[in-house]
Amino acid sequence: MNPNLIVFCVLATLTVFAAVGVVFFPNAVRSALSLVATFALLSVLYLTLNANLLAWTQLLVYAGAIMVLFLFVIMVLNLRSQPALDDRRDPKRLIGAVLGAAFVGLIGAQVFTPLFSTSDSILAPKDYGQPQAIGMALFTDYGYPFEAVSVLLLVGIVGSILLAKRRLR
Amino acid sequence: MSGVPMVAYLLLGLLLFSIGVLGVVIRRSPIVIFMCIELMLNAVNLTVLTFARYLPQNIGRERAHVAVAGEMLVIFVMAVAAAEVAVGLGIIMAIFRLRDSTDIDQMNVLRG
Repeated sequence: MNPNLIVFCVLATLTVFAAVGVVFFPNAVRSALSLVATFALLSVLYLTLNANLLAWTQLLVYAGAIMVLFLFVIMVLNLRSQPALDDRRDPKRLIGAVLGAAFVGLIGAQVFTPLFSTSDSILAPKDYGQPQAIGMALFTDYGYPFEAVSVLLLVGIVGSILLAKRRLR
Repeated sequence: MSGVPMVAYLLLGLLLFSIGVLGVVIRRSPIVIFMCIELMLNAVNLTVLTFARYLPQNIGRERAHVAVAGEMLVIFVMAVAAAEVAVGLGIIMAIFRLRDSTDIDQMNVLRG
């Protein structure tokens, strides 16, 4: 048991607990804060994968911008605490649990047996995950998708304003 | 991280994605369902980054542009997720203004 593996196990356990909190907290604000914790822990995991720039992007975009938007909407709508499912005998809870377990089993059986052979990581290239390499790729090879995403974001901004504004009569 | 097998990261990604699926199925508040969708997107991002980092044919000076491809995909997923959240929360606000409730089981007609 090497120290890296111990660190990873601690991080992974915390991440899974935070993600379970998102689903099972009855209060939407607590779910949102739990999701913030999940995103922060995921950004630390990105750091362990040598994806430095993306780790900081994760913190800024998800834990910063997106979660602020979520909390803002929750507080504007003033959501009362809504339990997961009111009726204990609601079949959806059982169906959901069974489907979730079947999903884990199905994907796990397909994916993990061949992957146990390729185990350890190789030394990353010197500039792997650094801003210089990502910037070079983003503005040369991936210029067209970059522009397409910028148009998508513009349309998203206009569309959300159009949806959320009050109708003037 | 050296010493951590690739399967460990993939297993974590699978668990996070399944928790997201479970949340989408059993929760009724549309905002929490949105959060669970974000969780699923992040699980996929983690998986993509794991493959970008670990697969041996990706690493090497002459194939460096292949290793960058995974990170590019994650960047674009993040951008699309941001746009999706903005539009989705706008839709939720509009529905709430119209019907005064945000129970997903009552939103079963497409017209306002």
